[in-house]
Amino acid sequence: MSKLFSKENKAAFMNPLNLDNPVTVQVLGICSALAVTAQLEPAIVMGLSVTVITAFANVIISLMRKTIPNRIRIIVQLVVVATLVTLVSQVLKAFAYDVSVQLSVYIGLIITNCILMGRLEAFAMQNGPWESFLDGVGSGLGYAWILVAVGFVRELFGAGTLLGFNIIPASWYAENGGWYVNNGMMTMPAMAMILVGCIIWAHRAYNDRNAKK
Amino acid sequence: MNTNSNSYTVIYASIMVVIVAFLLAFVSSSLKGIQDKNVELDKKKQILAALNIRNVDDVEAEYNKVVKADMVINANADTLKLGENKDQDGFKVENKDLSAENLPLYVCEVNGEVKYVVPMLGRGLWGGLWGYMAVNDDCKTIFGAYFSHESETAGLGSPIAEQPFQERFQNKQIFAEGDSTHTQVALTIVKKGQVKSESTEVDGLTGATLTTKGAAAMVTDGLQQYINFFNANAK
Repeated sequence: MSKLFSKENKAAFMNPLNLDNPVTVQVLGICSALAVTAQLEPAIVMGLSVTVITAFANVIISLMRKTIPNRIRIIVQLVVVATLVTLVSQVLKAFAYDVSVQLSVYIGLIITNCILMGRLEAFAMQNGPWESFLDGVGSGLGYAWILVAVGFVRELFGAGTLLGFNIIPASWYAENGGWYVNNGMMTMPAMAMILVGCIIWAHRAYNDRNAKK
Repeated sequence: MNTNSNSYTVIYASIMVVIVAFLLAFVSSSLKGIQDKNVELDKKKQILAALNIRNVDDVEAEYNKVVKADMVINANADTLKLGENKDQDGFKVENKDLSAENLPLYVCEVNGEVKYVVPMLGRGLWGGLWGYMAVNDDCKTIFGAYFSHESETAGLGSPIAEQPFQERFQNKQIFAEGDSTHTQVALTIVKKGQVKSESTEVDGLTGATLTTKGAAAMVTDGLQQYINFFNANAK
């Protein structure tokens, strides 16, 4: 048991959450972080889906790693990811149709998420299944929390809601005689870029200070 | 074993592709029945939503109760199929197959009043739009509307699929005031805050000009195809 949660394994799980975050440090998966964060709900669902798929793709590739011919390893990785994503999308369509309609394009987007290929190539090809599983979950969650943070800010200030519930009182709005107007910029992908930039800035400043101590 | 040799690579790739192909084909064909059922159920849900019947638990039962026939007509208002056996005629026509010679029309009854539901198809900014509109039996007033989209921008164009926007259509008029010829559908969607004629213009979506334009074209053109039917059945 102690071996399962050794220091190295803990690091494989914890590093992507903070010091080696896929979005803010490795700058992977930015494209989808901009695309799906206009509202909180798709951000959460996308974060979770990526976590699950990264974890399983990592395990599968890790199990196959000794047999994969070096020259076609990227193709093999891509096939595994695409198969997993297609399976998930088929199962969702059959058993959770509403969710699959809501996710529509995002499911397909997971295939193109660079975090997946990044982790497969950089980690799962060299490590055992259990470590790879932890690394996949960690990377997925590291990606998810950035998405949720960005989605939270964008939905709150862009639409005045969170998960579709009104947060900002209706009486504050200018159209009802108040003083408040939703920030339309927040609903644009450009604002997500700026927010991600701010998170990277805060994250670096914080970690640099800790490193110097 | 030398995993870098050409023959190993070729054999590995071939086996992998065959396994994956079989796996995907198997999953896809074994789940197809359930998936088709879901798609049908979703279509019924959308038709009910156009009749302002939302959030029902048993869609199937409610649909069977409300929808009396799914006719197929053409643009000259000739009846092509009576649609007495529900789900067989108009319901079978997919939205992408809508044409002047192939127009489904759902005859429904809500609280004892006859309503006509017509499907419509359009193009938004990024992908397709579609919807259903319920018209009162006077064939002039909108009873309710439902729209959906493939991939409009989340938070900007996507509210087209949400109830608040769809409710703006209730009690709007299909024809312009003072137009007695009824040859041209006047109902449209205009840029947010630029409604001039309350009876036929619906407020658009902020920040989604192209989605709004696409939806406006869909509504006007979609209803226009049924104009002869409306004129023939107006009360």
